Amino acid sequence: MTGGADDTPIAELLRSWREPVLGRWIELVGETVHGRLSEAEVRSELTELYGLVERALEGDTAAGDELRAALAEISRGRARHGFSPTETAVGVFALKQSLYEQIRMTRDQRAYSELIDFSSYVDELGLATFETYAAAREQVIADQADQLLELSTPVVRLWDRVLGVPLVGTLDSARAQIAMETLLQALVTTGARYAVIDITGVPAVDTEVAQHLMKTVMAARLMGTHCVVSGIRPQIAQTIVALGIEFGDIVTKATLADALAYVLERSGLRVVGEPEG
Amino acid sequence: MDRVPILKIGDVLLVSIQTDLQDQTVLALQEDLSERIVATGAHGVIIDITAVDVVDSFIGRMFATIASMSRLMDAETVVVGMRPAVAITLVELGLSLGGVRTALDLEEGMRLLGAGLPHAGPAGSARPARPGPALADGP
Amino acid sequence: MTTPSGEEMPIASSDDVVRVRQVVRAAAAAAGLSLVDQTKLVTAASELARNTYAHGGGGAMRVERATGEDGRKGVRLVFTDEGPGIADVDRALSEGWSSGTGLGLGLPGARQLCDEFGLRSEAGGGTTVTVAKWTR
Repeated sequence: MTGGADDTPIAELLRSWREPVLGRWIELVGETVHGRLSEAEVRSELTELYGLVERALEGDTAAGDELRAALAEISRGRARHGFSPTETAVGVFALKQSLYEQIRMTRDQRAYSELIDFSSYVDELGLATFETYAAAREQVIADQADQLLELSTPVVRLWDRVLGVPLVGTLDSARAQIAMETLLQALVTTGARYAVIDITGVPAVDTEVAQHLMKTVMAARLMGTHCVVSGIRPQIAQTIVALGIEFGDIVTKATLADALAYVLERSGLRVVGEPEG
Repeated sequence: MDRVPILKIGDVLLVSIQTDLQDQTVLALQEDLSERIVATGAHGVIIDITAVDVVDSFIGRMFATIASMSRLMDAETVVVGMRPAVAITLVELGLSLGGVRTALDLEEGMRLLGAGLPHAGPAGSARPARPGPALADGP
Repeated sequence: MTTPSGEEMPIASSDDVVRVRQVVRAAAAAAGLSLVDQTKLVTAASELARNTYAHGGGGAMRVERATGEDGRKGVRLVFTDEGPGIADVDRALSEGWSSGTGLGLGLPGARQLCDEFGLRSEAGGGTTVTVAKWTR
């Protein structure tokens, strides 16, 4: 990692220039975090990292491991607090710039040759940071998806013994499964004779989604509840036909209102307007 | 081998399955039931499976057989109380209980057969009971 | 990946089919499968146990706590018999085909209900069916 024996080892340079290089690093990072982290927080984080970088470059492998762990911890924190990938990576790359500025200022010719090796070392650290960042973001997304799953399948009562299940958002396998189980359980607890599954808020219906809808309707039938699928928008109807999906004898309606009217009629109910006046 | 008891309520025969069904019990029930339909002249059969936590293809087929058999003897069959997990499994299994009628619970099943108390509520009580969803063969 | 808990039970009568359901239900619940997944696995086990008894002339089932490739925990069931075997495996797995009684949903149905399905059989050499279900 470090240069030849004749050169000033980079670790030594970092140590002798600790004050200005670390100071400038803190300054550069401080600019990118825009006050979302206090200067004291940035200072303590970077001071720790700086010390670890020094020791790692001297060949201390334990410090190297510790450095990676510390960087991983910081990137995870950044990801969770909504920092962008650039902001997170710049935090590491800024060390290069800080050192480069110092070398330019001192016109230390020997240090220039060190800079190339050091630069690739920092790049490596930056990439590791980025990987952790991406993994942490994915975790955040997965957690949110789970929360959304729980929140996103409401079962509402539309009428006496008529349930409505408005589905909103993309229906993947896991969500369809949960929606199906939630609906069927609600049938048992409410004793519903009819259920309207409204897919107005589902952006796309592919073969898989259609399959799940059909399974839900069939399972509800086995339990003794008649299901109607509503909210078939024109684009969705086109896709369904284009894909050659057969909805069998499942009753479908364009809107939730149509579905409710159909269900009320089948229950033997009529909506009658009062004469005005 | 256990035999499933068959109760008579008015002109409806009620079979409430409370045990883990063995294949022979299933076959015996089909036989017993057809004899009882003839003997009593019942016009409806209710199979209550509220307590049943597994329905495999053999048991599922029994429902369809009983339904077709009793229809020949002029009796309607309604399977009531199927649990959600059982319903999901049957659909996944690809078993469509063609021709079997279903209802959520015993009361609803009796209503389907026109044997229950008049339904009180916003749906209006004076109307004849609507037939429940008949099961068609799945895709 | 598998921790054999070594619970093996004979399948010699239709009584045993009921016992298989109870054993599998307990194992599935202990492994933390959801109620729906428990029901699917028990139903598959019921189909396979009936096959073992009715077509394989009897055999055995082994229940194992297992871990899937992606680290999910679950239950694996192995059904073995020394029966006549299945001459045409592809055909036996195609939906609606039956070699004896039943609707022919036994094997394809069990495959549909499980996350993992394996079948080894040769004419005259018995049949081994392995199924597994993982927690979600």
